[in-house]
Amino acid sequence: MQEKPVKLACRDVWKLFGEGAERFLAAQATAPGLPEIQAAGLVGAVRAANIEVRQGEIFVIMGLSGSGKSTLVRCLSRLIEPTAGEILFEDTDLLRASEREMIQIRRHKMGMVFQHFALLPHLTVLQNVAFPLEVQGVARTTREARALEIIELVGLKGREAYYPRELSGGQQQRVGIARSLAVEPEIWFLDEPFSALDPLIRREMQDEFLRLQSMLQKTIVFITHDFDEAIRLADRIAIMKDGAVIQVDTPEQLVLAPADDYVAEFTRHIPRAKVLSVRAVMQPGPPGGEVAGQVAAGDRIEAVADQVEAAGKPFAVVDETGAVVGSLDRRAVIDTLIGREKG
Amino acid sequence: MAEPALDTTAPKPKALPVSPAALTWLLLGLATFVLAHTSRDLSKALDARWLVKVPRELRISMKTDISAFMSWLVEDAHFGLFSFTDLTRGIAWLLEQPYDLAKAVLVSGFVQGLGNEAVQWLPPLSWIAVVFVVAAIGHYAKSIGLAVFVGLCFLYLAVFGQWDSAMVTLASILIAVPLGVGGGLLLGIGGYRWRWFDRVLTPVLDLMQTVPIFAYLVPILFLFGFGPVSALVATVIYAMPPMVRITTLALRGVPSEIREFGTMVGCTGRQMTWRVLVPSAMPGLMVGVNQVIMLSLNMVIIASMIGAGGLGYDVLTSLRRLDIGGGLEAGVAIVVLAIALDRLSQAFVNRPPPEHGETAPSFAKRHPYTLATLAVILATGLLGLVLPVLQSYPATAQITTGAFWENLVQTINVNYFDQLEAVKTFMVLNLLVPVKRFLVGVPWPWFILLVTLAGWQLGRWKLALLCFLLSGFILVNGLWTDAMETIYLCGVSVLIAAVMGIPLGVVAAQNQKAGRFIGGFIDTLQTLPSFVYLIPVVMLFRVGDFSAMIAVVLYALAPAVRYTAHGIRSIDPQLIEAGTVSGCTRWQLLWRIKLPLALPEIMLGINQTIMLALSMLVITALVGTRDLGQEVYIALTKADTGRGIVAGVSVAFIAIIADRLIAAGARRARARLGLAAEGGR
Repeated sequence: MQEKPVKLACRDVWKLFGEGAERFLAAQATAPGLPEIQAAGLVGAVRAANIEVRQGEIFVIMGLSGSGKSTLVRCLSRLIEPTAGEILFEDTDLLRASEREMIQIRRHKMGMVFQHFALLPHLTVLQNVAFPLEVQGVARTTREARALEIIELVGLKGREAYYPRELSGGQQQRVGIARSLAVEPEIWFLDEPFSALDPLIRREMQDEFLRLQSMLQKTIVFITHDFDEAIRLADRIAIMKDGAVIQVDTPEQLVLAPADDYVAEFTRHIPRAKVLSVRAVMQPGPPGGEVAGQVAAGDRIEAVADQVEAAGKPFAVVDETGAVVGSLDRRAVIDTLIGREKG
Repeated sequence: MAEPALDTTAPKPKALPVSPAALTWLLLGLATFVLAHTSRDLSKALDARWLVKVPRELRISMKTDISAFMSWLVEDAHFGLFSFTDLTRGIAWLLEQPYDLAKAVLVSGFVQGLGNEAVQWLPPLSWIAVVFVVAAIGHYAKSIGLAVFVGLCFLYLAVFGQWDSAMVTLASILIAVPLGVGGGLLLGIGGYRWRWFDRVLTPVLDLMQTVPIFAYLVPILFLFGFGPVSALVATVIYAMPPMVRITTLALRGVPSEIREFGTMVGCTGRQMTWRVLVPSAMPGLMVGVNQVIMLSLNMVIIASMIGAGGLGYDVLTSLRRLDIGGGLEAGVAIVVLAIALDRLSQAFVNRPPPEHGETAPSFAKRHPYTLATLAVILATGLLGLVLPVLQSYPATAQITTGAFWENLVQTINVNYFDQLEAVKTFMVLNLLVPVKRFLVGVPWPWFILLVTLAGWQLGRWKLALLCFLLSGFILVNGLWTDAMETIYLCGVSVLIAAVMGIPLGVVAAQNQKAGRFIGGFIDTLQTLPSFVYLIPVVMLFRVGDFSAMIAVVLYALAPAVRYTAHGIRSIDPQLIEAGTVSGCTRWQLLWRIKLPLALPEIMLGINQTIMLALSMLVITALVGTRDLGQEVYIALTKADTGRGIVAGVSVAFIAIIADRLIAAGARRARARLGLAAEGGR
């Protein structure tokens, strides 16, 4: 996955709210810190953000409210004009695109799902899903055929004639998802899509989302304030605090090597067995004695825990080539499961 | 003019039992009182007549200038290709076409030829068809109940012989409402999209809503002449501002995510406005439509003075002839029409959004209302040619209630004359006259000083300057005494309205059953065109300040009640629970917790009451007051544009001063109570 090309990148993006933000930023020799920004009467919503989203990955931006994650995703889609920086989409700078070019890019290459669904109340499910195509001027029969296809894909077949207010929250968000997919976007923004839903529905929608992604292989920027959700969905996670991106890594690396105490605080309470791979907790080197069997190094501990715990003897760990790289015993699995630090 | 109200906005006392600001105002009030009663003697003693009479040197001839300008506009102004008069004639012609059509459909039928040779080749809609159409609309908008209700309302108009006049009024409304809604929508969208446009628009709208209605009529009369077109222009101008405001507000109220969604799917500016924002804001916009309908009705009635005809004209002529029965009959017809139109448009506002359903296959099933209505129109039209009863309601079956009302009023006047007269005399002697004497007695420099000082205290130099300039405008135009008369009548009316309205609001907020009853009563009061209030008052108390005052109180009562109730209802329930837990009695709860917390809201209610009172005051000029309203009314009858505009603007300036002072006071009170600073105007 590491070798996949970069689809969307932002380089040193700033967004300061307030009067005279551009002048202030241009006048600084070095990057200003939070105190300087506040002293100038500005709000530093995004500060020197650098991220790269690769083709086909789920890139999650995680942060608490006020961390600037929503502002950043709006900078990426240019819903908000950044104060400084570059947004590179397929190697062209979005910030230099004219309004007309932006309209074309948004019509054909971007899709977005909103926290509160943002469905048009006066249109039916079918009309809502077909709306992005209608705006482009696609003929009625074509766009409705396409809309029906996606409505079936998200599991809402039979509800085409319903109005948004007649649907449950989860169903409404399915409409939102279907609508954002109608134009077959190359990059898919999801702004806290499941935050407004009940916990049970949220889980169901996460599964649904993973199912869709396994079929569609979109490049995804997913915003959330829920670390569990981030862990569950992400290929890579960017953690934001006070407008700055403080770490970008895979869920496993975040747990194993948090950049600072703030990140460590998030990772402390998550079930490690779901995140860590066998490779991260195994005893390196060939197993000393008899083994009960083999497990793959890339597997999550959660997946092999039952098997290892039931057997009396350790398991040999093999990598992708089939070579034995270490051993995994019952003790290491239990340590991971109950979250005990290695002594 | 409102020293006691200002006291309450002063900062809280710290060590002193009375805060310095409050003390200052107390002393100033006392000084004013003394001055008011000694100014005449004082001016004699000091040989300073300018104290009581505004010196001639201070006056300017603004009204003659305006009149001269208007004459120039009408007679000489030229835009190269066409003159100004051509322009107004063009507009008049454009408006006349749809109006004539609506009138032909509803009243006169399609006629060919002129005068006696006129031949009607297509009759107007029969009364049955009209009743059926409104009933169908009622059913479509809400329920069979509403259909029956509005059907009966229109049937009333036919049975009681008000049909033709009512249809003339309805024709004007049918033209004015789409124009007002459409124009308001466009201006509102402009205000939403361009900041600078909004900045220009807001003060214009403020002024338009505070300038009294009659003042509009004068220049319009001058430009468009006497007739229904003038009335239409005045109606549209009058009814449009709320639509503009509501449009801008409703569009701003669209969730930002919906706007972002529009951008993300690549909407152009036009697609964004018409496909995303306007449909999403529809429920809010419908409230504006209801407002436009009700204001149009109000104005069409008043505009009968410049030739609108219809029910308003009937009331006006009856009032002039002192024909009690006729006036009341037409007045009741206006009320019936107003209630029917209000219920209908309210039903559209509250109409539940559509339910999903299979689209019906056939045209007939998809458009049942349109088809049924067309069928009835055709059937009654054709049958009407044979059976005239079906075409127009037979005069023999009409019921006239004129005599009944006449007798009723006469009975009341004969049997209760002494009681009525006693009440009137008591009020006049003990309230009206002293207040009037006091206000007229206050020397003008002192009054301007007080107003400016109040402005300074509540809003520093900006507000102080505004107060000074606006009151100065009234002074230099030689309208000082008229303005004092206006303030006196308005002040007394608002005082009474507040004394009645605030307790009603408190009751409405605390008791659900009473709340529903009072709410219904207030709603009905507000649907009635302002003209209607004059009728019963004049019947019982004849002309004069007292009648004017009662009409004003009735008209202006609603906001005092509504805002008080709303203020009390929106108090955080936890605060009331905290009071209850601390062992407050119900009275203590009311006086210590509810009223203080609702104070900012109540102040805004009083503010609205003042605005309504000022606008009604001008209409009460018809029953012989002697204030600025009379000045406007005289200007209207003489078509003296300058005089009318100057007096009208003076009323608006009084309104603006009161509005800014009270709004600033309410903001302070809010800030002191730590409530969110949103203005519920």
